[in-house]
Amino acid sequence: MPLQPIKFYQTGSFVVGNRLLDPDERAVQARIDRTNSLNCGHRACQGCGEALGARYALDAAMRATGNQMVAVNATGCLEVFSTPYPETSWRIPWLHSLFGNAPAVATGVAAGLKAKGRSDVRVVGQGGDGGTVDIGFGCLSGMFERNDDVLFICYDNEAYMNTGVQRSGATPPAARTTTTPAIGPEPGNVFGQGKNVPAIAMAHEIPYVATATVADLRDLEYKVTRAMDFRGARYLHVLVPCPLGWGSASGDTIRIARLAKESGLFPVFEAEGGEVTDVSKIRRRVPVEDYLRLQTRYAHLFGEHGHPGTVARIQAVADRNIRRFGLVEGE
Amino acid sequence: MDHEKPFAITLDVGSSLANKTGAWRTERPVYLDLLPPCNQACPAGENIQQWLYHAEGGGYEAAWRQIMADNPFPAVMGRVCYRPCETACNRGQLDESVGINSVERFLGDEAVRNGWTVPMTASATGKHVLIVGAGPAGLSAAYHLRLLGHDVTIRDAGDAPGGMMRYGIPRYRLPREVLDAEIDRILAMGVRLESGCHVTDVVAALTEFDAVFLAVGAHIAKRAYIPAGDSARILDAVALLHDVEDAQPPMLGRRVVVYGGGNTAMDAARTAKRLGATDALVVYRRTRERMPAHDVEVTEATDEGVAMKWLSTIARADGETVTVEKMRLDDKGFPQPTGEFEELAADTVVLALGQEADLALLDGVSGIETEDGVVRVGPTLMTGHPGIFAGGDMVPSERTVTIAIGHGKNAARQIDSWLRKGDHRAPQPAALASFDKLNTWYYSDAHATVRPQLEAARRVSTFDEVTGGLDESTALFEARRCLSCGNCFECDNCYGVCPDNAVIKLGPTRRYEIDYDYCKGCGICVSECPCGAIEMRPEPG
Ligand SMILES: Cc1cc2nc3c(=O)[nH]c(=O)nc-3n(C[C@H](O)[C@H](O)[C@H](O)COP(=O)(O)OP(=O)(O)OC[C@H]3O[C@@H](n4cnc5c(N)ncnc54)[C@H](O)[C@@H]3O)c2cc1C
Ligand SMILES: Cc1ncc(C[n+]2csc(CCOP(=O)(O)OP(=O)(O)O)c2C)c(N)n1
Ligand code: SF4
Ligand code: SF4
Ligand code: SF4
Ligand SMILES: [Mg+2]
Repeated sequence: MPLQPIKFYQTGSFVVGNRLLDPDERAVQARIDRTNSLNCGHRACQGCGEALGARYALDAAMRATGNQMVAVNATGCLEVFSTPYPETSWRIPWLHSLFGNAPAVATGVAAGLKAKGRSDVRVVGQGGDGGTVDIGFGCLSGMFERNDDVLFICYDNEAYMNTGVQRSGATPPAARTTTTPAIGPEPGNVFGQGKNVPAIAMAHEIPYVATATVADLRDLEYKVTRAMDFRGARYLHVLVPCPLGWGSASGDTIRIARLAKESGLFPVFEAEGGEVTDVSKIRRRVPVEDYLRLQTRYAHLFGEHGHPGTVARIQAVADRNIRRFGLVEGE
Repeated sequence: MDHEKPFAITLDVGSSLANKTGAWRTERPVYLDLLPPCNQACPAGENIQQWLYHAEGGGYEAAWRQIMADNPFPAVMGRVCYRPCETACNRGQLDESVGINSVERFLGDEAVRNGWTVPMTASATGKHVLIVGAGPAGLSAAYHLRLLGHDVTIRDAGDAPGGMMRYGIPRYRLPREVLDAEIDRILAMGVRLESGCHVTDVVAALTEFDAVFLAVGAHIAKRAYIPAGDSARILDAVALLHDVEDAQPPMLGRRVVVYGGGNTAMDAARTAKRLGATDALVVYRRTRERMPAHDVEVTEATDEGVAMKWLSTIARADGETVTVEKMRLDDKGFPQPTGEFEELAADTVVLALGQEADLALLDGVSGIETEDGVVRVGPTLMTGHPGIFAGGDMVPSERTVTIAIGHGKNAARQIDSWLRKGDHRAPQPAALASFDKLNTWYYSDAHATVRPQLEAARRVSTFDEVTGGLDESTALFEARRCLSCGNCFECDNCYGVCPDNAVIKLGPTRRYEIDYDYCKGCGICVSECPCGAIEMRPEPG
């Protein structure tokens, strides 16, 4: 059953806790005894969406599995900022190997646990978009195809951030990265390339695929929990704004994630066995411009030498998502 | 020791807690309590946000006690207050203002139903204060003075206490059981009331008492010169409403013309209808937009069949007719005569042209200054004569029950401090929790609850209360529409959204703390606090 929104309690289920709700109806993040899988002292930038998304997801997974869980991490910011040897911020069993092999390592951990008869211990693999949609993609596809018992979470900040903001297969059109500079007649990343990995995951017809953002915590926690209801390969794709790479104010991380969803640029949905089963509707629709303007990676689109035509193309992408996924009530 | 470590491992595993990321900060989040616009607008100085907070959780008694800290008349307020709080309410910019007043009424009625009372905990001071006038200003002052430990005597000229709440505001807006219950609760706190006692010598009173608070209101109807034939029947609205209350309603005839555009005119016209007039017509010299009467009052009057004639003055009254002259507004919005006249049928003309204060009791009192017929007071409400304070309609004011109650509270606190030779100053208010400080994304969509209204037929034939109250579930819903502007309501957002776990949750009612050892100062908590209760400030030093 899809997430049941709490209808009316002042803030309904929009906020993290809400003192008017039963403790069980509040988010895991509202609990004083939440795991804090990723602890203080990590070296992520101010306002890092990836650090936030990882704690949200793994705390929820810890709760869903009764703390019987191992996490495997690809190289990338999340690994580097959390674990500069010999220090670590992880308060859960956690394993790092390489940039490109996290899904395969996770498969191995799951196989090992199976061999030991420890079906109670669950495995989560995680990585950035580079580690997931590019270099780790072969391992990931294999993990899907074999239906290995792993939940793989991609924290999508739309570029290779840890090495200084290079384009990845998840970088959106027109975005400026160090490898897609804002020069020439079509500045920034090109249109029509890149990969839609949630759709590719669905094409593998694995038990469960979902997208989420750090702006809707309840939905994210629900999806992690739901994923743990299944055995076999599961995939969760979480949009995590990166103040450094996106050129946004550190305090705007959640706002930007919310605008990505409310503009239709980032469709939030879940799918079982390759079929979409639920979408998060847009609540207060906004033009893509509201989202783009908060990020200097799109600064070249605006102002005197701006590119309104490009903005219109991005708007068309959002409109298409809205049509495809039925993101607007009654449309 | 090295040989105990696994292969190729040379250092002990450490926790990142050793890395105090707070050192990165240039700005820090700070929790604060801002002044919600509703609180700022309430003339009685209620902490509305705070009592709604209690009500949201079903803590009705705590909510009522919070109101009582400032205003001893919640059930009256919930019926007659003109609700400046709702005009100011931030939610009005989102969908519709919170129905603050209907929740207040619900709480006031709950208190009457359950017999809740306010304990007096202050020890007796031995000081004795005289209050002249048992209207809202005098009664509110009496209540607060008792809470501060002073003895209080009220002398009031009327037969029963309440002032204009009883002899002005009609029963169909304020049932007398409600008024009596709230007045009796104050009197039961040991207030001595001497009714039927018209005070004429204030200076003499000062020898008997340690301080005096004057709250005699404004009861003398203003007259206008209207040429009238012998058979013309002209009376004033204040007298009409007073007589109705004394169960001696005058004969008005079938056709009643009320002259004036204020709330009193509306009440006079609506009362005339209830007394059997078939036609009640309000004649006013300007337009509806410029009428001093509040919108609700005009709407309720028209709903009951009261007719309005704008831009008209009464030029003459005779036995069965009045002659009105048409007016037009000049560039400055003032009505100017046009020389066009019209005759209207009328058995009675009721003048509702405003009231003046009767200040005869101050004749010869040294130091008292008056201005436009009212007594001049400073911010402490003390007149120019030491020990004599004044408030309510007899001082410069917009003349509402709520303002009078606010004056009563302020006067009590000022008298207390004067008697103690102290210097009471209200604390500097916090910065305003303006709409732009809110993150409204987090609030559920919810439209205001509408109060039930008595059916039209019974409205014009009886003095039954016109507007009904909310029941428990609707009152709770309405309370929960509050955005808690500028004051933490423990939604846990800041605790949840910090990427560095640098917000410490202290547990129910204890709110939160920032862990400055690890807070990097990203500001997400500030952006995502729904109610604007966190602010970024430059790092000290
Ligand atoms: C018809 C009408 C309707 C109104 N409706 C509303 C409304 O809906 N909402 C609202 O907020 N306001 C309303 N008002 C205004 C409101 O009633 C007054 O502003 C308020 O009552 C003033 O309070 P007060 O304590 O200053 O004086 P009052 O209420 O006038 O009380 C003064 C008291 O002093 C007594 N007194 C006077 N002289 C002496 C003396 N020399 N010795 C002893 N006692 C004396 C009087 O008997 C009276 O009891 C209305 C007014 C009228 C006339
Ligand atoms: C095989 C290999 N190539 C390159 C690198 C360098 N490298 C480390 S992290 C990283 C980018 C990570 O990007 P992404 O997966 O999107 O994670 P992010 O840092 O953006 O969270 C790169 C290129 C590496 N560690 N290994
Ligand atoms: S570069 Fe981006 S993803 Fe990496 S730590 Fe900084 S904010 Fe987070
Ligand atoms: S929303 Fe609540 S706190 Fe804010 S102004 Fe309205 S009643 Fe007051
Ligand atoms: S975010 Fe919520 S819990 Fe934190 S200060 Fe604001 S209202 Fe209180
Ligand atoms: Mg990345």
